[in-house]
Amino acid sequence: MSELHRSSLSLHVPEPEVRPGGSPDFSNVVIPRAGEAPRPEPDARAEDIRKLAFTIIRVLNREGEAVGPWAGSLTDEQLKAGLRHMLLLRAFDSRMVIAQRQGKTSFYIQNLGEEAIACAFRKALGPGDMNFPTYRQAGLLIAGDYPLVTMMNQIYSNAGDPLKGRQLPIMYSTRENGFFTISGNLATQYPQAVGWAMASAIKKDDKIAAAWIGDGSTAESDFHAGLVFASTYKAPVILNVVNNQWAISTFQGVARGGAGTFAARGLGFGIPSLRVDGNDYLAVHAVASWAVERARRNLGPTLIEHVTYRAGAHSTSDDPSAYRPKGESDAWPLGDPVIRLKNHLIAKGLWSEERHVQLAAETMDEVMSAQKEAESLGTLHSGDRPSSRDMFEGVYAEMPPHLRRQRQEAGV
Amino acid sequence: MARMTMIEAVRDAMDVSMGQDPSVVVFGEDVGYFGGVFRATQGLQEKYGRDRCFDAPISESGIVGAAIGMAANGLRPCVEIQFADYMYPAYDQITQEAARIRYRSNGDFTCPITIRMPTGGGIFGGQTHSQSPEALFTHVSGLKVVIPSNPYDAKGLLISAIEDPDPVIFMEPKRLYNGPFDGHHDRPVTPWSKHDAGEVPAGRYAIPLGKAAKVREGSGLTLLTYGTMVHVALAAAAETGVDAEILDLRTLLPLDLDAIVESVNKTGRCVILHEATLTSGFGGELAALVAQHCFYRLEAPIRRVAGWDTPYPHAQEWAYFPGPARVGQAMLETMEG
Repeated sequence: MSELHRSSLSLHVPEPEVRPGGSPDFSNVVIPRAGEAPRPEPDARAEDIRKLAFTIIRVLNREGEAVGPWAGSLTDEQLKAGLRHMLLLRAFDSRMVIAQRQGKTSFYIQNLGEEAIACAFRKALGPGDMNFPTYRQAGLLIAGDYPLVTMMNQIYSNAGDPLKGRQLPIMYSTRENGFFTISGNLATQYPQAVGWAMASAIKKDDKIAAAWIGDGSTAESDFHAGLVFASTYKAPVILNVVNNQWAISTFQGVARGGAGTFAARGLGFGIPSLRVDGNDYLAVHAVASWAVERARRNLGPTLIEHVTYRAGAHSTSDDPSAYRPKGESDAWPLGDPVIRLKNHLIAKGLWSEERHVQLAAETMDEVMSAQKEAESLGTLHSGDRPSSRDMFEGVYAEMPPHLRRQRQEAGV
Repeated sequence: MARMTMIEAVRDAMDVSMGQDPSVVVFGEDVGYFGGVFRATQGLQEKYGRDRCFDAPISESGIVGAAIGMAANGLRPCVEIQFADYMYPAYDQITQEAARIRYRSNGDFTCPITIRMPTGGGIFGGQTHSQSPEALFTHVSGLKVVIPSNPYDAKGLLISAIEDPDPVIFMEPKRLYNGPFDGHHDRPVTPWSKHDAGEVPAGRYAIPLGKAAKVREGSGLTLLTYGTMVHVALAAAAETGVDAEILDLRTLLPLDLDAIVESVNKTGRCVILHEATLTSGFGGELAALVAQHCFYRLEAPIRRVAGWDTPYPHAQEWAYFPGPARVGQAMLETMEG
């Protein structure tokens, strides 16, 4: 009889709703009302706040008002500073994409549409805390007031590059600004962030760490290694997953599989896991602050899934029109983070369209003046560059004999 | 002076390091309460507390990844990979992360970690408990690779590794843990308590990385080797009567090229011996260096003796292992021309 049940199997390969040529459709993305999600006490247990891993915590409503229990984590001045950081990052991106097209650097990755996440998160951290970022968290640096010109020097691999031309553009490193060296491969930073946080606990320090990963890279084993270490040792770490819907050309469903959300991954590890509207500066800041409090109080790790949309190409080497429909970014139901914060400030009577235009112009001026300064030091193919001799330095604290011989052979 | 096994010497090195530097932490699979499957960390948790010596989840990538993060935050982790054969899940963390943190950040971050792992065969461990993957590490810029052959060196080299400002792969030939195994598997094991190199001073002493040791002075040929094979080479020299000069390289990266060149230029003949598989093994690198630097002094082809290019077999372990007979034959051939 068992033969009756043996029909041929078929493989399920998930596909996004729409491909190029079709009309963007996000009707399957359930967007809860702003203010609806409860705000638990930071010492809540993961199993008691399961629902927060499946909803989306939102603060800004359609009218630009901040509503619900997660509202109120920022002052008016902080909100205005947040808008400025996002505009600065957007201007920075636009100039650097052009610079890459002009051949001034080999590569660039922009943050378009995701500015609120890193910019708001950075403001929830304190001095000495450490981020282990991916390549799309430049907002951590911008909101940390890291000099734009230093970022550009790195992008141009010019004489002012603090990394001496050794790293791909945008793979910044600045311990002082709480930004761990980006490697460019994927997910390795996740267990590293947990280890950094464990060290903080071992040293009886009060600093915490934040790990960053994209939706696609959560499929890497290091994501799971990070989660198990964080869970086991209750490390003071915030485990961020930036779900921007696309891993180059692969839609998020391929990494997510049958799970409802990426945040749900944390629940199996007993880690309180929350999903937040990543295009809502206020919501990101509020949820980040909640997680920061947990970590500081030694309550352990928190997983945050930031729901957002990668409005630009993956990198300057990518053309998204080959795999996703035109206009999908405009159809994204969570809107644009800059416009939403702008509308909130206008709704509060703190801002106007005129002042916004003025601020956008000011931030562009600031970026262009930094660009001028950086380019006076050189770009990838012009001006002074780190010397070839530098290539041999810093592999080890002390140069071993074989490298010394090779440097001599290279004649540098 | 106390005589110790190699395991005791390794443990003593960690004990000394943890005692003198509160930033040294030790963790890995089974290393906490139990003290490790080879007992290398026995007693350390009790002595230094659970937050300085603890069990890790079975996740080599997580162990090394966490160690990298800890090192970035001021600690000096010394982690154990239970068998070198288990290091592959951590290979990305070792090669693309630990090895390059200093370089890619221009020294903004550094990675002073030590990764200990028992290596080599001779214990009927089969293909996943017997490998010698040192060449997979010597090919990586930014790493240091150390393989001791006796308790005295093991302690001094491990202390140096832990104190080193860069990541060190510390491979412990597991067949040597309890005694100087010379490849004669059918003979009783000689314990370290009956061997001079089992004498290990108390307290801190360091053997510099990157320095070979001449374990036998000779004029007939130079034999380059490390780890377990040092003792196999000594046995082969004694049994064949070939007057071999035997260098225990101790550190493969950085390599003590000066000692190698000096010896081969003196003897004019060279045999290279390792337990790892032959093709693309570290012996190939050694042969190339000897050919380049000693070409006009060579009176015979450079010979390599190594594990066969097969997975490490179980029942056929002693047919695979490059024992004294194979080594002796290569020595005699090299003496002939």
